Amino acid sequence: MDRIDRRGFLECMAWTGTGVLWAAAGGVLSSRLIAPASAAESAAGSFSFVQISDTHVGFKGEANKDAAATLQQVVDRINAMPSPPAFVLHTGDQTHGQKAGAFDTVAQILKGVKTEAIFYAPGEHDVFLDGGKEYLSRYGKGTVGGNGWQSFDYKGTHFVGLVNVLKYKGEGMGALGEAQLEWLEKDVAGQSSSTPIVVFTHVPLWSVYPQWGWVTEDAARALGYLRRFGSVTVLNGHIHQVLQKVEGNVVFHTAMSTAFPQPAPGSAPAPGPMKIPEEQARRMIGTCEVTYVPGKHPLAVVDSTLDRG
Amino acid sequence: MKRHNGKLAWRLPAVIAATALAMACATVAHAPAATREAVGIKDFTYSPATLTVPVGATVTWINHDEEPHTITSAAGAFGSAGLSHEETFARTFTDRGTYQYFCALHPRMRATVIVK
Repeated sequence: MDRIDRRGFLECMAWTGTGVLWAAAGGVLSSRLIAPASAAESAAGSFSFVQISDTHVGFKGEANKDAAATLQQVVDRINAMPSPPAFVLHTGDQTHGQKAGAFDTVAQILKGVKTEAIFYAPGEHDVFLDGGKEYLSRYGKGTVGGNGWQSFDYKGTHFVGLVNVLKYKGEGMGALGEAQLEWLEKDVAGQSSSTPIVVFTHVPLWSVYPQWGWVTEDAARALGYLRRFGSVTVLNGHIHQVLQKVEGNVVFHTAMSTAFPQPAPGSAPAPGPMKIPEEQARRMIGTCEVTYVPGKHPLAVVDSTLDRG
Repeated sequence: MKRHNGKLAWRLPAVIAATALAMACATVAHAPAATREAVGIKDFTYSPATLTVPVGATVTWINHDEEPHTITSAAGAFGSAGLSHEETFARTFTDRGTYQYFCALHPRMRATVIVK
């Protein structure tokens, strides 16, 4: 018998680092355990969604011999949740260096997620070979001008998906670019300042560690357009570890990878997959579940690892 | 005077070529015509960062990281796909020049091949 209950699920997610449960309440996202979040879910207008990131299908290394298998485990965990997430956000690096067939494998596995919709933001691994051609042919549909960026509203929360990996070449860091910034300014202009905003993207929108390229060059301008809002939550991936930061009304949260962990900023000569045994790595990969509850509470964010299979 | 200079200009490359041939013979006994050089990639660094080779040399890159890297010419002269762990990419340089390249996934990684 599968003994995964809600708490077990959360722990599992936190263990691997792939899944974060985000709870939105009163427009502020915050980190919380899954149990209180589930109690809040019954409140009218509340909902939860799951963030997965950096699935890196095609990766095969010391920390993980099969990134597709760990992604499948994450999907199984999501499907075991007592209430299915409203939707799933994938914050990029679906593939490991656009390995042949990897996009197909990810699509096949994610077809099995019991949820209404999956929204995507690309990672540099998904676009560096062909400038985003394959990614956009698969996921550009329905995004602004087919460029990959998008926004949608769900139960009073405004979600914005940004692309910050297509300006990568030769510039050394993530960037949003002029066209996308102009769109963002217009997109949020019509929103009331009390509308909770959730931004999802791949590379952090704050300066995590520029020496390793863990920064988005023109993020300050984007955040400037969001400053007037009472609640802004920025979700990203890229760095394969949970990091959180609060700056005024903006909460930044980076999710774990479902594939392999990366070293803490500056703790190793270079970023990249940590060379550690699979058993150890499973405590450092997973998912993020977020719950939103209308009222005075912040969004609840729970990171869960995969190590409790 | 003019004629003398012309002669010198003709002779000098011949001397260099002979020297290069002799050096190539000394290092690669069975393949005197081609020079082979290698650049390793480890911890997000190309090594050596600057490689000087003669015209006609073939340079092979090998990626020792588990993270993929590319060899992408800044001027668009050449470019590899993403190299997986221990995968290689080779290119033969037939023209003199300074070739700067970087990794398309990690653009801070930069290095140079000088072909003389």
